[in-house]
Amino acid sequence: MLATLIIVFREVLEAALIVGIVLAASKGIARRGLWVAGGIAGGLLGASLVAAFAGSIANFASGMGQELLDAGVLFAAVVMLGWHNVWMARHGRDLAAEMRAVGAAVGAGRSPLYALGLVVALAVMREGSEVVLFVYSIALSDPGTAGPMAIGGLFGLGLGVAVGAMLYLGLLRISTRYLFTATSWLIVLLAAGLAAQGAAFLVQAGLLPAFGHNIWNMSAVLSERSLAGQVLHTLIGYIARPNGIELIFYGSVLTVNGVLFRLFGKAPIAVAARVPAGAPLPPEMPTKV
Amino acid sequence: MNSISNRAAPRRRHAFRRAALRLALALAIAGMPALARADTAGYTLVLKDHRFQPATIEIPANTRVRLTVRNLDPTPEEFDSFDLNREKVVMGGGQGVVYIGPLDPGTYKFMGEFHAATAQGRIVAK
Repeated sequence: MLATLIIVFREVLEAALIVGIVLAASKGIARRGLWVAGGIAGGLLGASLVAAFAGSIANFASGMGQELLDAGVLFAAVVMLGWHNVWMARHGRDLAAEMRAVGAAVGAGRSPLYALGLVVALAVMREGSEVVLFVYSIALSDPGTAGPMAIGGLFGLGLGVAVGAMLYLGLLRISTRYLFTATSWLIVLLAAGLAAQGAAFLVQAGLLPAFGHNIWNMSAVLSERSLAGQVLHTLIGYIARPNGIELIFYGSVLTVNGVLFRLFGKAPIAVAARVPAGAPLPPEMPTKV
Repeated sequence: MNSISNRAAPRRRHAFRRAALRLALALAIAGMPALARADTAGYTLVLKDHRFQPATIEIPANTRVRLTVRNLDPTPEEFDSFDLNREKVVMGGGQGVVYIGPLDPGTYKFMGEFHAATAQGRIVAK
């Protein structure tokens, strides 16, 4: 039961932290709940599919299908997070001003909520598929432990969601004026960490050289096994003993996203964010009147 | 009057960035296997009754090795190592390959995450 709790907790934690950041980053935008809930639902469906076809996926690409899928999913999330940040840099200040004035959800017609919904879906899919495989594996090897296992799994799920909720509520304590700046920088770090994870999968598959192992070793100070280490691993991409290529990916994505964020953050937001009357809007995201 | 071009800029940059990323990925995937897989020593790890055999594998330090994990159990297992920064699911009755190293001399623990009570092992790089 305890083993199940710990494994489910560890897998849920990563997805829950990402959902927490996404919820904080989209605070006050109309229909964000729908997109996040849709992302979670889609992610669960995807997780079941990945688990069901794990055998075929593993055999794909000369036995490196899982690594390619994981890396692809991670890089897709990195791109979506970058896209969100660019949009936020241009419109975030306006959004915050409007939220303060209106004090309620604003319909941000062109906000790329689908990007955040997809990030949620990808995170849930990646972590969820491992939970499904684990539960399946335990159920197969220890039949009759279904009861305690279900309890352990539910507690693990609850704990993971609780930590994600704590992060979300903590971020909400930041005043609206600075919230989007804070979440945007958090997303820059998150994306850099995910890119490093993606690189690690390509190294594991033998598709990228490691460019050096143990560039530094912080395991004695903060192990990735510890709760704090794992939380930091997800949030800012902390790696206790990184290899060279992980640092290269981390640094590159950090630089690109940071530069884009600053670049677009200096655009004349007040003019750019106002959608002129009569401008064509994407049909799926009409502005709230 | 600038608002339209201002709004179009991030989309263009984004499209460029995405294209560049795709290109880099495609190059990496197409070009690297031949490079990476040449001259790599192979080791095999067998998983039976949720235990690794052998539980200790000795590999040369500062060399990349190809580790094949054969799962003789009917249940899926995840080869997992914090020390090596590796995780790979190996389905029941299946096998998977994990590239490891080059490693500094030392001991690196790994486990089967789904049956961590018994599935424990270590790699010693010398």
